Amino acid sequence: MSTTDFERQTYDVVVIGAGGAGLRAAIAAHDAGARTAIVCKSLLGKAHTVMAEGGIAAAMGNVWSDDSWRVHFRDTMRGGKMLNNWRMAELHAQEAPERVLELEEWGALFDRTPEGLISQRDFGGHRFARLAHVGDRTGLEMIRTLQQHAVALGIDVFMECTITELLKDGDAIAGAFGYWRESGRFIVFEAPTVVLATGGIGKSYQVTSNSWEYTGDGHALALRAGASLINMEFVQFHPTGMVWPPSVKGILVTESVRGDGGVLRNSEGNRFMFDYIPEYFKAETADSEAEADRWYTDKAANRRPPELLPRDEVARAINAEIKAGRGSPHGGVFLDIASRRDAAYIRKRLPSMYHQFKELADVDITAEAMEVGPTCHYVMGGVEVDPDSGASIVPGLYAAGEVAGGMHGSNRLGGNSLSDLLVFGRRAGLNAAYHAKRLAGRLPAVDDAAVRAAADVAVAPFAAAVEESGPGENPYTLQRELQESMQALVGIIRTDQELSQAQKGLDGLEHRAQHLAVEGHRQYNPGWHLALDLPNMLLVSRCIAVAARERTESRGGHTREDFPATDDHWGTLNLVLTLDEQGQVSMARQPLPQMPDELRPLFEQG
Amino acid sequence: MAYELMMRIWRGDRSGGELRDFTVEVEEGEVVLDAIHRVQATQAGDLAVRWNCKAGKCGSCSAEINGRPRLLCMTRLADFDPAETITVTPMRAFPVLRDLVTDVSYNYEKARELPSFAPAPRDADGKRPMMQADVERGQEFRKCIECFLCQDTCHVVRDHDENKPAFAGPRFFLRYAELDMHPLDTHDRRSLAQGAAGIGMCNITKCCTEVCPEGIQITDNAIIPMKERVVDRKYDPLVWLGSKIRRRDDRTEL
Repeated sequence: MSTTDFERQTYDVVVIGAGGAGLRAAIAAHDAGARTAIVCKSLLGKAHTVMAEGGIAAAMGNVWSDDSWRVHFRDTMRGGKMLNNWRMAELHAQEAPERVLELEEWGALFDRTPEGLISQRDFGGHRFARLAHVGDRTGLEMIRTLQQHAVALGIDVFMECTITELLKDGDAIAGAFGYWRESGRFIVFEAPTVVLATGGIGKSYQVTSNSWEYTGDGHALALRAGASLINMEFVQFHPTGMVWPPSVKGILVTESVRGDGGVLRNSEGNRFMFDYIPEYFKAETADSEAEADRWYTDKAANRRPPELLPRDEVARAINAEIKAGRGSPHGGVFLDIASRRDAAYIRKRLPSMYHQFKELADVDITAEAMEVGPTCHYVMGGVEVDPDSGASIVPGLYAAGEVAGGMHGSNRLGGNSLSDLLVFGRRAGLNAAYHAKRLAGRLPAVDDAAVRAAADVAVAPFAAAVEESGPGENPYTLQRELQESMQALVGIIRTDQELSQAQKGLDGLEHRAQHLAVEGHRQYNPGWHLALDLPNMLLVSRCIAVAARERTESRGGHTREDFPATDDHWGTLNLVLTLDEQGQVSMARQPLPQMPDELRPLFEQG
Repeated sequence: MAYELMMRIWRGDRSGGELRDFTVEVEEGEVVLDAIHRVQATQAGDLAVRWNCKAGKCGSCSAEINGRPRLLCMTRLADFDPAETITVTPMRAFPVLRDLVTDVSYNYEKARELPSFAPAPRDADGKRPMMQADVERGQEFRKCIECFLCQDTCHVVRDHDENKPAFAGPRFFLRYAELDMHPLDTHDRRSLAQGAAGIGMCNITKCCTEVCPEGIQITDNAIIPMKERVVDRKYDPLVWLGSKIRRRDDRTEL
């Protein structure tokens, strides 16, 4: 089939991904007057944002009037162990409240305070109750609101359509190449700007809260298009995923359980988090159960319970308790809210947790403790972007949300993801639209040879099924082996020896991935789809392993057993990854952008 | 406690298909979607099935299990006798694309036809106070995960494609009710609910409520009140007179 027969679509802005960041970017681009398309792998409204539970962090001050963007900024930077891009953290804290109010304008129904304002709940690492929420299904509310608004604006949506390659004209973006999942037919987007909003990489791990879509597509597309990634060594293991039954292992248990009063206990019944308060957070963390319990109602005179330390701290503590043999029967620890709050409160505040445990594990969380353990949840690393515009180093290529790097430093606070999607989704969408406008009349052209090459790569797994002398590689088997390897060797606790072993393993998997073979035809063929996602998973896994081996310290979502201390020198450096001309990952150290002096006093007070 | 599960899975496409037998090893605590994934990974790599969250939150993996519309990820194998054969077929109300995947574009078309939320302006302080009691009814409806099982089971369209142009279905009656009960909305969509959406065709058999995985009281809390509001508008002379003087809570009729 000639490439001239492929479906062609022309837009000013093509947004890849229809979660919170993608939808918000598309709405912004549309509002700025750009012809805008949303392209997403799943049906509209099913993206991973739908699974976000706790809330949207925004210093609205509805519950604690002392809250302000400065406090939120400080919490975010400290949660990320100061490796955040300060400007992103600043913009995020300043703009999040207005982005939340905007959702309300588009129809979102948040839970209310007694005065009728948007209610805000406590979460780990946040000094004040600041998460706007709807029970524990905030992500669903957010995605539905954005979806309904995008539909009302008439933005074109290409559902169940996967982008496999970005197209360029010289150095600049010229469009994107993909296929319709339903028919397997190819489609070429001609567009001077692309916004990546593809989310994360969690599907490269065995135990994850992420869905099948999280295969690092945007990270890999960006690298192959010449963009750079930063902070890839930082992967967040959420402290509380379900551990039993096996089929639900990894499914998220919201941090709201702890924000609303739940505590962690080991098999001896101890609230072990008191034993794991790091020096860095000692001054702001309660050191007795009595003080911790008083904090929920009196934040001025008491300090935060250690269960609400940032996620990296809690995940490491749980991991250590399990390793020390003080775990629960199914290899987790106990998360108990039943003995601390009444049943009606729990059902009202945590309806989907109640439902999830009742339906999937036969556990009534109003009457008994949950068993939980760490689960791969979020990647802090992503495309290196200009903080104000979301622009990558490739002209015309933007990134927002989880696929962008920098905002969260070495560890993301709970609730800061949904706000990140809104703040930077909007910024990336607007700036992509402006960029397209500035280019008017000088549009980059799609190179036909590149389209041909992308098409050839896409159909290769069918050819391999026929031509290979052996049976070819089964994509499901390869994916499972990758997940096992990343889980075992590039997980919560890392060592040089295991990271080196992981890289050798990746060499083998990459080699085998050249012989992927799939059965059947191109219509809605999940085996084929996986075969096309796998190279992306392998590439981001490589990035994580390479950067994790290089960073010889422990910080946030990167813990080295052989380098357990946090090293001030490393605190000034980002690891930047690009692809060299041979397609190999290359790495450089780059100084972290320096915070202006007027923000520094925020970190000098207690 | 692994055992060999016998399954019959519908395989085919727009041109037709058939039930195929599979035997697959399953473990304690697994759900039907786990069994299907194992068939996919080991026996039929191209078996088409939609799924995303695997936790009952996204509404992607809708299908029919032993003829009953359900989410594959929330249907536990423990609910069946291990000796029983489990039959999985695609949703019947929608055209099949392949295997268990159906063309649900009907729902997205109906969503586009529904005029969206149109709020009153913010207060002077930039906020929009609403009381919890006033948002709670809408919040129940916004629990909807758009699995479209209610649409699938609704007898108005289940075996009657000819009704689809004039009937939006339970999922969208829920949306009409949500907007009608929204404290800040300024539009009155009651004529549309009756005319364009065809709420009058619903004869409240409650099948939609029965299959809703979110437990939303679609019929009692959304459809019946919405029908009453539509009727109020049509027949109540006082409401009619009132609407001539001042529209109900200042809403603009669409």
